Amino acid sequence: MKDKKFDIIIIGGGPAGLTAGLYVARAKVKVLVLNEGISGGQMVLTHEIANYPGINTISGFMLSRNMQKQAESFGCIVKSNIKITSFNLEGKVKTITVNEKDVFEAKAVIIATGGKSRKLNIEGENEFTGKGISYCATCDGDFFQDKEIIVVGGGNSALEEAVALTQYAKKVTIVHQFDHFQGFKHAIETAKNHKKVDFILESEIVRFYGSQSLDGVIIKDLKTANEFTKKIDGVFIFIGYVPQTMPFKNIIKLSKRGEIIADKNMATNIPGVFVAGDCREKNIRQITTAVSDGTISALKAIEYIQSK
Amino acid sequence: MNLQTNLEHISTEADYNKIVSDNENIMICCGRMGPMCVPVYAEMEDLQNEYSNVKFYDMLFDLPEAGVIRNMPECAGFMGLPFTVYIKNGKVVKATSSIQSREQITEILDSVF
Repeated sequence: MKDKKFDIIIIGGGPAGLTAGLYVARAKVKVLVLNEGISGGQMVLTHEIANYPGINTISGFMLSRNMQKQAESFGCIVKSNIKITSFNLEGKVKTITVNEKDVFEAKAVIIATGGKSRKLNIEGENEFTGKGISYCATCDGDFFQDKEIIVVGGGNSALEEAVALTQYAKKVTIVHQFDHFQGFKHAIETAKNHKKVDFILESEIVRFYGSQSLDGVIIKDLKTANEFTKKIDGVFIFIGYVPQTMPFKNIIKLSKRGEIIADKNMATNIPGVFVAGDCREKNIRQITTAVSDGTISALKAIEYIQSK
Repeated sequence: MNLQTNLEHISTEADYNKIVSDNENIMICCGRMGPMCVPVYAEMEDLQNEYSNVKFYDMLFDLPEAGVIRNMPECAGFMGLPFTVYIKNGKVVKATSSIQSREQITEILDSVF
């Protein structure tokens, strides 16, 4: 890619980044999206999206593709599967180095790096991922026909996916570290009233074990600190997301949870650096809120560069 | 019926056998158009340009003839899509289950081929 100078560079190609790309490109401002993964971010991991206004249902994959095509049709350049090896965001001219050789310049940067599935980070988790441990019920549910499984978590995803998994599994046990759930009331009630779902509360899995595939887990009762073994065929983990903001921690203000702090205009503490999507400090993380952030950050970034 | 990717597809066991006998280094991803599989296809599409010594293919997991991959001994115990196998000189040298990052894929490609 010969041209290295842009008005705005967007880091991240999920719904926030692609929406920002669309708005910036449509304003005839030169824009590049740098994306370390594939386009769509976490959205790609959603089997069916049924709450995106104007579309009855669509897969996350197709919505990602559509968003990218739409942004590109207005002149937005999207570079995926790259590695950002260094950056300088503090100067008037922002620089981002890709794959240790290509240095891109911009007057403003929008960070839309999103989040990734939180892991338990305990013994056996990596070893048995794909061999009994899963993070996607729609992908792997049918491997557990008439089997006994655990779902870890207490939010909407855990509760809803636990119920969804009952179409395959003969029994689903929800293991959650608190004595209450964080999900919506209707999700909690549905799970509690389901005859195939039961609960182990105030407890956490501390180790996975098995040989060729997962055989069971060690669970710790958090009230008594006692540990016990439970034989199990599969474990699905839905314990939320972690923001992908670590590279920025020393220069951009982050919350205690590692989210980027921004004002109502999506501006960070660094002039010319904006943020959008799930990596921003906020309460509600949906595709629609990411799209909203992307829109605001794009328009404010354009305003910023035109005021200079 | 094939996957909607830009990779070359394997549709039958006969296809598979011919590809394995005709090529030295092969990576085959056997999955669906699901959230854990699509990112792997996308990485493979991109890596095709970097690894000219490797042939990249996909195969729809639900094809009856995909049993040629589903039932490989190297895939025993796999319970996460996609099933990805790496074949050198007709032998499976590595197999992985579930989503894999670009780093994980290239680490395998660099070590086995």
